[in-house]
Amino acid sequence: MNAPLPGPLADNPILARWVSFAEPGKVTIGTGRVELGQGVLTAMAQIAADELDVALTRITIRSGDTVLAPNEGYTAGSQSIQYGGVALRQACADVRARVLAQAASVIRCDESELSVRDGSIHRNGAPTGQDYWTLASSVDLTAKATGTGARKPVSELTTIGANTPRLDLPGKIFGTPMFIHDMRLDGMVHARVVRQPNRGATIDAVDEAAIRHAAKGEIDLVRHGDFLAVIGDDETAVDLGAAAAANHVTWQHVERPTPLQQEATWLLQQPAIDRLIGEPEPADPQGRERFEVTYSRGYLAHASISPSCGLALYKNGHLTVWTHCQGVFPLRAALAREIGIDAANISVHHVQGSGCYGHNGADDAAADAAIIAVQKPGVPIRVRWRREEEFVYEPKTPAMMVKVRALLDAAGKPADWTAEIWSPTHNLRPGAGGNLLGALALPDPPAAPPPGDVPEANGGGATRNAEPLYDIPAKRIIHHLVTETPVRTSALRGLGAMPNVFALECCIDELAERAGVDPVQYRLSITADARARAVIEKTAAMANWQADAPSGTGTGRGFAFARYKNRAAYAAVVIELDVDEEIRLRHVWCACDAGLVINPDGVINQIEGGIIQSASWVLKEQVRFDAGVASFDWETYPVLKFSEVPEIDIELINSKDEVPLGVGEVTAGPTAAAIGNAVSHALGARIRDLPLTRERIMDALLKA
Amino acid sequence: MSKQYEFTVNGKPANVTLSNDETPLLDVLRNALGLMGTRFGCGLEQCGCCMVLIDGTPEKSCARPIWNVAGKTITTIEGLGSAERPHPLQQAFLDEQAGQCGYCLSGIIVSAKALLDRNPSPTRAEIAEALDGNICRCGSHNRILRAVAKAAAAMRAGAAS
Repeated sequence: MNAPLPGPLADNPILARWVSFAEPGKVTIGTGRVELGQGVLTAMAQIAADELDVALTRITIRSGDTVLAPNEGYTAGSQSIQYGGVALRQACADVRARVLAQAASVIRCDESELSVRDGSIHRNGAPTGQDYWTLASSVDLTAKATGTGARKPVSELTTIGANTPRLDLPGKIFGTPMFIHDMRLDGMVHARVVRQPNRGATIDAVDEAAIRHAAKGEIDLVRHGDFLAVIGDDETAVDLGAAAAANHVTWQHVERPTPLQQEATWLLQQPAIDRLIGEPEPADPQGRERFEVTYSRGYLAHASISPSCGLALYKNGHLTVWTHCQGVFPLRAALAREIGIDAANISVHHVQGSGCYGHNGADDAAADAAIIAVQKPGVPIRVRWRREEEFVYEPKTPAMMVKVRALLDAAGKPADWTAEIWSPTHNLRPGAGGNLLGALALPDPPAAPPPGDVPEANGGGATRNAEPLYDIPAKRIIHHLVTETPVRTSALRGLGAMPNVFALECCIDELAERAGVDPVQYRLSITADARARAVIEKTAAMANWQADAPSGTGTGRGFAFARYKNRAAYAAVVIELDVDEEIRLRHVWCACDAGLVINPDGVINQIEGGIIQSASWVLKEQVRFDAGVASFDWETYPVLKFSEVPEIDIELINSKDEVPLGVGEVTAGPTAAAIGNAVSHALGARIRDLPLTRERIMDALLKA
Repeated sequence: MSKQYEFTVNGKPANVTLSNDETPLLDVLRNALGLMGTRFGCGLEQCGCCMVLIDGTPEKSCARPIWNVAGKTITTIEGLGSAERPHPLQQAFLDEQAGQCGYCLSGIIVSAKALLDRNPSPTRAEIAEALDGNICRCGSHNRILRAVAKAAAAMRAGAAS
């Protein structure tokens, strides 16, 4: 019996969706995963090149395309390589096996005599004159994958595991037009949306003359219900008109988030759907010491460097959309559902944007373009959000409260662990039923989706990484899904993993301190998992970790560890920093085990990025509310600057016989917690609320 | 009332006719001249994606009115080098794989060019300070700092030989 096909290959079994030899001398591979700056297309090309035995230069990739590429849902959750890469690898192995079988029949030899060298078929080491392209017409790639093609043994892999330079970087370094923002279609018109402030807000009055005057150029207004857009050939005029519209369009039924709602503590008082995952807490602690601490984090923005952009053309009843979103198939389904066009008449194509780190405004910008395009048949529409629009209207990652309760055994180790979480949803993606922003302003707006979060089977949303990986006899999660929130919330890099690991790993340090044990030794004393131990020990060694370093000196070191989702990559982080009124990061050390490594430098690049972004969240970032979203530009939402970035040392533990795992999100939690622990070490006082602002530091110093 | 504006871009004369003399230089580069390498990030002179050299000085182009650059000399990322003839900075960015999404890189490379023009041997701290007007959200900072240092060394070696 065959092993089951990898999930995405079972969902898209037709081999031609994954591999094609249609162009002579070239191999076209299809993937549902899209380039978000994480280097995934380079990794996919490496996988295909190795498994098909062709040079990397022969590979062209089509990705994220409802017409041509497989449907793999979203490029998210650090799952592209683990699932999509494994599926592509098996598809390539199946194709290679089919071609070799055909070659054996044409050459009249035994398959075991054949091998492939850069696409050419060799028999006992000698060229046969046959290759993938001569045989392509006689090999049926519209057949379904069987999973029977033998994948190369790890020892024979050559391209996989090599530091292949990123295929997309040259264009980005030479200023080549390659972002969606750079697309220009014949007859294209620029558009900006005059955003509905909130669901249910209605347009009271539009001073069209004032908007036209402010534009200082030819513009038009497109209105459908309460959806209003400024369009025109001259992008500058469209920008000016849209900016002026803020003062010349009045709205009714406006609701704006308040400063009170900004803080995570607000969540405690809100209606929620409550769940217990695990056995109930013991009513009687049976003499064991009870330890309880509460941690929190505010709302965060994705804060992508490019505002979202989308293009659309509605022609002859067919809607074509270009987008930088993470899931073209889910977007197609949402467009069908919310703007009322049959999915069969919609094509969605991915074009690169800037890094998104989750569900930002990309889907909504595409929907904006689609809505306008339907109103203007035959005219290609390009919507580009304004900076303020991106900050104010992108879905935020939710604020969270995490209360940890532990019952300690005689040695001061946790014997019973409860993580109690208050959080809005981490998933209002279109594929989870989330609305497209522009559709809410249409005459017949779609209903809000029922409350929900990412299921635990998919790693969980607010509950992600809430449960410690450590050897603790009893563990449970209490999840309060807060159902009404002041702003739309959705997925950001790691979802609940960052606040949960921050809480869990800071709490572990607090427990180690109470037990009088070095925090690294304490972790090792409750960790049996060999890969976890290896990562912890390696990181400690890299940083030359010293037990008993004095605390309260203004310089501190902190340690933290997590296995992402408790089933993906392992990482540990050591942070060294100084604190006076502000925190200055000095150095970061990190060891990571992500299974079989496809591209070591690509993995290191992702880990570095994850560490720096998490450090930025922890030190600087919180979305503020004040009669609306008050974080609307880079001055009101500052992020880590070049002069604030620490030096980082990363080492990979290449577990070649293990499944390759994604690393984009693995360091989000450990970095946050290591900073929290280092600050505590430096100050001799603990701060349990993020971000670690100057006010919180001063407050902690006063209490110390 | 349309008006004509003349200036130099990447060593070539440019001539555009515009009805709004406040049109940002960035819009002119991207829409009138088709030079897409300079990116729009904020329109507020905060993020540095739109950095160009104006008479050799690094300047954000997203809010710089066209009337203000008439007669001036502008260098964009396209003017530094090409895949065939990369600028040492571009070569160093390739060598160090200094980027993730890459949206910020045009502006960063232009800022770095201005730094190396005035300081051929910058320290890590000096490079970081020179790039503080550019935001990178992906966290490629350390690679970028290494790439600029590497380019500086290559340019010094080139000048010495």
